[in-house]
Amino acid sequence: MDSSRYIAKHVINLPKSGIRDFFEIVSKMKDVISLGIGEPDFDTPWHIREAGIYALEKGKTHYTSNLGLIELRRAICQYVGKNYDLSYRPEDEVIITVGVSEGLDLACRALINPGDKVMFHQPCYVSYSPSITLTHGIPVPVPTFAKDNFALTVEALRAAWQPGCKILMLNLPCNPTGGTCDRAQLEAIAKFAIEKDLIVLSDEIYSELTFEGGHISIASLPGMKERTVFLHGFSKAFAMTGWRIGYACGPAALIEAMMKVHQYSMLCASIISQEAAIEALLRGEDAMKKMRDQYHRRRDFIVRRFNEIGLKCHLPRGSFYAFPDISKTGLSEKDFAVGLLQTEKVAMVPGIAFGENGQGFCRACFATSYEQLVEAATRIERHVQFLAAGK
Amino acid sequence: MNPVLKLLLEGGNLNTAQMAQVLNLSEADVNRQLDDLKKQRVLLGWSPVLNLSHEEAGTVRAVIEVRITPERGGGFNRLAERISRFDEVESCYLMSGGYDLLVFVEGASLQRVAAFVSEKLSTVEGVLSTATHFMLRSYKEQRFLLEGKTGDAERLKVTP
Repeated sequence: MDSSRYIAKHVINLPKSGIRDFFEIVSKMKDVISLGIGEPDFDTPWHIREAGIYALEKGKTHYTSNLGLIELRRAICQYVGKNYDLSYRPEDEVIITVGVSEGLDLACRALINPGDKVMFHQPCYVSYSPSITLTHGIPVPVPTFAKDNFALTVEALRAAWQPGCKILMLNLPCNPTGGTCDRAQLEAIAKFAIEKDLIVLSDEIYSELTFEGGHISIASLPGMKERTVFLHGFSKAFAMTGWRIGYACGPAALIEAMMKVHQYSMLCASIISQEAAIEALLRGEDAMKKMRDQYHRRRDFIVRRFNEIGLKCHLPRGSFYAFPDISKTGLSEKDFAVGLLQTEKVAMVPGIAFGENGQGFCRACFATSYEQLVEAATRIERHVQFLAAGK
Repeated sequence: MNPVLKLLLEGGNLNTAQMAQVLNLSEADVNRQLDDLKKQRVLLGWSPVLNLSHEEAGTVRAVIEVRITPERGGGFNRLAERISRFDEVESCYLMSGGYDLLVFVEGASLQRVAAFVSEKLSTVEGVLSTATHFMLRSYKEQRFLLEGKTGDAERLKVTP
């Protein structure tokens, strides 16, 4: 029996993530230096892990409220007040989610009617377009370019806009490009969103890892709080990817709608992760800043090396990804990545995995040790020279 | 903080050629800076951090609380420096509280350490008393856990 005929059309038509194919190749190889991992190389700081253990010891093994522990929501409101100039009510403007991924999914499911158009900038995180498709929306990609350091420009937004656009998804700083927007760019985007009556889903998971100029949340700009769902989490800044814990803040009506979906699907995020997250917010700042400083120095190193090697690389202002242009080698990003992997055992993710205009680029995550970065750069250099000699 | 120092603290086991790459300096520059740090007595030397628990001929270590008589003019310094010079002494600190010096010592056997305490340390003029605590087991050395380091084994090699 062909069981695949039972699969829903919008799921069966969904393309497999490009990262998945690449993962299959890499996972069969030994001794690979991987710059393909989208997470911190640090383990979660011990005091946060210890808070999780303590929660278990104290019998915190039950459901929490659908919105999440009120202590955590209070801590979040304080944190975003202090760091993002945002003010939310813990009682009804915050919901704890299973990572930003769930937050984004909840927002899509709560807001998208079949046929609604959703704008998002590309190259982008792999789940954006599928999240829209899975909720029967229509993805409207907006390109960002290396010449702008992959910041989203209002000109590109205007060019991509079409009637029926209802939502704008932002991910600043951006995975995979590290691109982000300065205040003027953000103000222009905000003005555009108001003009076109767009709801903004702002995924700011990399915001703490902004190296220059500081991070500004679009929700903090005039007129934006009421039309923005601020999505954030603990994975990147506090090295807590495996805890699967995040949150969404926004207008009470939207949070209520997201909560409806959440209560019938996830019910609540893990209480252990919620308890650990409280610790992260209250006492995790020092450890977080230490990690950020290290990413900063590693970024400066790897970006400099890519440029020395001849793979033009813009300076990512945030995140822990470099996104070098490999088109000069004459190969497609996929052939380049596979060749590099097979010849030199260094894994970078082909840019095409992050959308069509990721063509010609590869993503290199620099959240790995100096030894590995230094060695990876040496190997990439050798490979690029080998390719040039073979022409 | 001096960038070379910072890298030494966070960089793991980088050799000078790797440090030069990270810092965008020549290797000669890195070596010069390391020499300067040595001259300034900021960088005192290199010492490996070892887990000797599986070595048969392991060493015996002890911490000794030492009470001493301070001296006019020099306080505790002259005696502390004198005690620090013994080869058996790994580290020596002036402490607040119920005793004056905390001395970390190491010897080939319990008898050797005991002999050091009774024959050398406690007979130094000005030493009033000693209290010796032998170490039974080490769990963490210089920021390294001795057991149970998780490592990268569990990390996926490619993730979105």
